[in-house]
Amino acid sequence: MMSLKVNGRDHQVDADPDTPLLYVLRDELKLNAAKFGCGLGQCGSCTVMVDGKAVLSCVTPLLLLEGRQVTTLEGLGTLDAPAPIQRAFMEEQAAQCGYCIAGMMMRAQALLQKNPKPTDEQIRAELQPNLCRCGTHMRILRAVHRAARLMDAAALSSTTRGSAR
Amino acid sequence: MNGSVILDRRRVLAGGGALIVSFSLPDAFAQEPQAQTPAPKPPGSLAKTPYLDSWIRVDADGTITVFTGKAEIGQGVRTAIQQIAAEELDVPFASLKLVTADTSRTANEGYTSGSNSMKDSGTAIQNAAAQVRELLIAEAARRLNVETENLKTENGVVIAPDGRRLAYGDLVASEMLHVQAQAKSKLKDPATYKVMGQAVPRVDIPAKVTGGAAYIQDMRLPGMMHARVVRPPSYGAELIECDVAAVEKLPGVVKVIRNGNFLAVVAAKEFQAIKAMGALSAAAKWREKPGLPKQDDLLAVLTSLPSQDSTIFEHNDPSATGQKTIEATYTRPYQSHGSIGPSCAIAQLVDNAMTVWTHTQGVFPDRAGIAEMLRMPAESVRLIHVEGSGCYGHNGADDAAADAALIARELPGAAVRLQWMREQEHGWEPFGPAMVTRLKASLDASGMIAAWNFEVWSNTHSMRPGGAGSMLAAQHMAQPIAVPPPKPIPLPEGGGDRNAIPIYKFPNAQVVHHFIPAMPVRVSAMRALGAYHNVFSIESFMDELAKLAGADPVEFRLKHLDDPRGRDVIEKAAQGFRWQKGQKAPADRGFGFAFARYKNLAAYCAIASEVEVNRETGRPRLVRAIAAVDSGQVVNPDGLINQIEGAILQSMSWTLYEAVTFDDTKITSIDWQTYPILRFDAVPEKIEVHVINRPGLPFLGSGETGQGPAAASIANAIANATGKRLRDLPLTRKRIKDAIDA
Repeated sequence: MMSLKVNGRDHQVDADPDTPLLYVLRDELKLNAAKFGCGLGQCGSCTVMVDGKAVLSCVTPLLLLEGRQVTTLEGLGTLDAPAPIQRAFMEEQAAQCGYCIAGMMMRAQALLQKNPKPTDEQIRAELQPNLCRCGTHMRILRAVHRAARLMDAAALSSTTRGSAR
Repeated sequence: MNGSVILDRRRVLAGGGALIVSFSLPDAFAQEPQAQTPAPKPPGSLAKTPYLDSWIRVDADGTITVFTGKAEIGQGVRTAIQQIAAEELDVPFASLKLVTADTSRTANEGYTSGSNSMKDSGTAIQNAAAQVRELLIAEAARRLNVETENLKTENGVVIAPDGRRLAYGDLVASEMLHVQAQAKSKLKDPATYKVMGQAVPRVDIPAKVTGGAAYIQDMRLPGMMHARVVRPPSYGAELIECDVAAVEKLPGVVKVIRNGNFLAVVAAKEFQAIKAMGALSAAAKWREKPGLPKQDDLLAVLTSLPSQDSTIFEHNDPSATGQKTIEATYTRPYQSHGSIGPSCAIAQLVDNAMTVWTHTQGVFPDRAGIAEMLRMPAESVRLIHVEGSGCYGHNGADDAAADAALIARELPGAAVRLQWMREQEHGWEPFGPAMVTRLKASLDASGMIAAWNFEVWSNTHSMRPGGAGSMLAAQHMAQPIAVPPPKPIPLPEGGGDRNAIPIYKFPNAQVVHHFIPAMPVRVSAMRALGAYHNVFSIESFMDELAKLAGADPVEFRLKHLDDPRGRDVIEKAAQGFRWQKGQKAPADRGFGFAFARYKNLAAYCAIASEVEVNRETGRPRLVRAIAAVDSGQVVNPDGLINQIEGAILQSMSWTLYEAVTFDDTKITSIDWQTYPILRFDAVPEKIEVHVINRPGLPFLGSGETGQGPAAASIANAIANATGKRLRDLPLTRKRIKDAIDA
């Protein structure tokens, strides 16, 4: 048994320490968002955040994650209460098959947490490890820009609310 | 009683609101009186599946379910079909339930392919919905004793002039919709559309961006086990030795399956299955045999294989004679679908009935193949489509479905999930076939094309199942089923010769299709089939001829094109790009233009591109692409734009980077390192898609119309930037650099 913190909750996981995080998330915790794409760290569809950084879960063994905070797309928001990045991808209709999208969103989320106002070049550079085969790239870029604006607006309104009190 | 209750619809429609339900004998007899004068068939897939309740069911509680035999493959068909049904039924979009491809529930609409879903299923559902609405109005007229023309519908309710209302659910009687569709429907006036033509958000996107169960990979059945196959290292390799004892003892392993050259392992957990697969792979000893052609000389390979030659188009006008003649040969390598998610399927054998959940594009033909492989009657096999990663044609989906079924047969009762690994998808999927085209044309004294000669060499572009022999599992098992002989796809759609016949008007033209039956590399359908390379060739050569004539490429195309809708998209794209005759691109950049009508019968697409070429490295970069598309009546403009944007980027990736590699024995492009595709550093600054809507005209289908024009438009821009013409795909930085240095 190993303990693993995912989306703010502690889990006791019955898996070998060499098991890649991806299979723990999908198989043990029944989470859908992180996807198997290559198992080789080449495509980014398995991207999640570990301590706020984008990580390829298909090549990250469980044993490296003791005491770390894992965040998946499920941890950002829900269908009823979507996070800014999820709203942005819906509003831009930034998916075709959508298989790569969860990974794209997690990498973008990690970027936006570190750099709330990235330039277009910075977004492109950041997303370089993630592949999309449908050719949805233009919409993904627009969605990340939109997410930055939404997060900015949300931050602004919470600051305003705070000062009004 | 065997006869079904059939509504005598002609009398309903003619009889001023009197709904008469009569008993009728089954089809064969019912059809008999019409035998002398065959009635015109209803449109789209209604022709083959005419009963309205095969498409639309209305329950007493008002729930309306729409059934399509087509599948969502990321192209947005669910949303578009639902829009069509909501529009013609006059119900809220969100109120509808939609069931897609399932051999037990939906019509057999063959494959979801060829940009045919809107034409086949969209048209069927549009007409079925309109006819269901008419029937409901007729029933309301009878009950309310009001003339049908005085009734209107709104949000699933029929409303009388005096305000009386009857909900659809209250109107429908048990067998009321079990009637055959009429040839003609009272379709709505496009000017009154409320749902069709709107950019309705895709119904599948919310789950996809919130971690919902959106794909077959996300399905978890009770007690489900995980399987992996161990594929041979190369085509035709034979398993000579495999000690499975050690593998069987590995943690979690439930079963090792060896059936001829088919090897698989089943485990309780997914990563246990992967570890066991590794052990099994190491234990297996194979006898391989070299048999692959020379990858770097596909031109010679393809043109020297035996071929069946046919002249598919000929037009002669001796009064037109050429003065200046040029020739060119273009090649395309084998290319991979490159799905981001490797293929996956779940199968379960319960009480001698096999159920397979699969992302195949054709549940019915795939069922036939799996039933044949398992020697089971087709009725005992059910295939249910569940979305997978984008496939862009015949990838590993059907093979994975067959693998899962063959494995699940060994574990009755258990749901078995089979997931291919990355190297299996890359190594074993049937590739888009390599092709060669040879063109020759002459210009007359005025710079017009006087004669045009086009030859194309290609394998078939569809080895999709129907027969079990198309599936790897059936080929590899101990009593293998032979690969069926390949067949060319007949025109007008065509396969290797898709779009080989020019849409332009030339006084003299000849088109020859060299169909190559031998398939040294496993091939099948890949998005746009032969149209990708044929349009790349035709539209590149048009530019070569324009240059020879000293003409502007856009003007040159328009001079040879009569089709007014084709002319419109060309003009629209040129306008959007601000194309100007004789205009020079900025330094190290080039402008390119291309156009096609997919299959010469589907959507029209023109694309203008600006490409930058780094003269030091040869690296090309698409800066911007401006497209115009005419897909007939637009159902969802944003969905259409999304398809064209995607087509341009995917085709750009094929065109600039992609070739399957192999040595004399095995495929060597087995992951994203060895088969690189587009990444974000090469994404253009801008893609703009201009939609020309044609209200009330047939749906043309647009999933594949952009592939060919995008390729040629980029190639033409590279030629414009460098002054060098590249004719061998992909147009890699090395080839560009070599051409610049030559």
